[in-house]
Amino acid sequence: MTDYNFAYLDEQTKRMIRRAILKGLAIPGYQVPFASREMPMPYGWGTGGVQVSAAVMTADDVFKVIDQGADDTTNAVSIRRFFERTAGVETTEATGDATVIQTRHRIPEEPLNDDQILVYQVPIPEPLRFLEPSEVETRKMHALEDYGLMHVKLYEDISAHGAISTAYAYPVEVEGRYVMDPSPIPKFDNPKLTMSAIQLFGAGREQRIYALPPYTRVVSLDFEDYPFEASKAEHACALCGATDSYLDELIVDDAGTRMFMCSDTDYCQSRRAAGHVGAQGTPVKEDAA
Amino acid sequence: MDHASLSGGFADPPQQSAVAFRGIMQAMARPGTICDVSGAVAPAPLSVAAGTALLTLCDPDTGVHLAGVCDTREVRDWITFQTGAPFVAAEVADFVVGRWDDIPLSALKIGTPEYPDRSATVVVEMPDLRAECATLTGPGIKERAALNLPNVAAFQRNAALFPLGLDFIFTYGAQMAALPRSTKVV
Repeated sequence: MTDYNFAYLDEQTKRMIRRAILKGLAIPGYQVPFASREMPMPYGWGTGGVQVSAAVMTADDVFKVIDQGADDTTNAVSIRRFFERTAGVETTEATGDATVIQTRHRIPEEPLNDDQILVYQVPIPEPLRFLEPSEVETRKMHALEDYGLMHVKLYEDISAHGAISTAYAYPVEVEGRYVMDPSPIPKFDNPKLTMSAIQLFGAGREQRIYALPPYTRVVSLDFEDYPFEASKAEHACALCGATDSYLDELIVDDAGTRMFMCSDTDYCQSRRAAGHVGAQGTPVKEDAA
Repeated sequence: MDHASLSGGFADPPQQSAVAFRGIMQAMARPGTICDVSGAVAPAPLSVAAGTALLTLCDPDTGVHLAGVCDTREVRDWITFQTGAPFVAAEVADFVVGRWDDIPLSALKIGTPEYPDRSATVVVEMPDLRAECATLTGPGIKERAALNLPNVAAFQRNAALFPLGLDFIFTYGAQMAALPRSTKVV
């Protein structure tokens, strides 16, 4: 651990990121430019989230990383190990025990509390980017609060598919001002964006940081006659039987047999530990044997 | 420069600045909440919280403006030695430090429509901090919060500029509260 400065980044970089975080919190939903550093992992592996985590982390923190809800993927394991080595922090898989949670594409099922910080890894922070490729133009559109194009996009969804077909990275309006990309979380998670924890968003390649203070009003864009719907697969988790959690669909054999299971591995695990068993699940004791 | 400016910094900058930043971030994310922020001791009349905030956030990339009684030789030497931040005019300052009556509010940077983040953060040295008087609502506040703001009309004008505007940090001793531009004041 003495080979690195605490939490890897040098102090001047941390100050620059910290200033960006404070401006982000003061202007909820606005993307603050920052001088993203090269990290010892490639872009797309959560370098934005890692830099934000490094800037907010203290030695007393308990750190959790999830990748699409799972604690045990390569990305989650390697980021967790990165901070174990460079910051010496304790890590956990239990949502309730963590003080800083870095996430890729999910919000944990268990509601977060006041003392927790949720750090999102963001690939493309600009919600208008696929509608307008020019940064100069999108910046002007945010300045003028000109979001007509986004509503046209959602309208075109309806005219082509009969419903708003956007299923993830569903655009939201923050405190009636900025339209924001909540990162590619499923739209099932959008209602959870108004929460009591601080939410920080880091996009490393795109060099943007944005934030949502606790209890910030976040509204998913929709139309009166086509209201927003937080959808999920109409199944129960095959392992723990949960009907209220977001599910992953797995194809388990060559015949195309499908299985649905919680994407939040800690949620599924703690439900099974508490005795819940799904249609294809086995009681936890047998697993251990 | 005398020896006083060499002391009062962080003994362990990576650890202490991380803890201090968490306090500052909590204050900014939860307007009106009074947080403990300490670790550095700046020369009088700067408070512990103000000195710690400057040490945590300022460096050669940030212009600092000292207003009124806070603009002393001792404070300047301390900031120069501890942070390397340049001293600049109020109009271009990223951080402004002073007592309320000394701060030239109308001169400060409020950002541009394209870049509202290019605005000043104002550190206001207060005679005390109490959760009473003005009522606050907005992002970071569950229902309402209260804080003894030095003036209500000025903060209402600032909030009306949103998304432009100034962000305020109030300090007293080792305590800090904040009022970003997004907070509505009654």
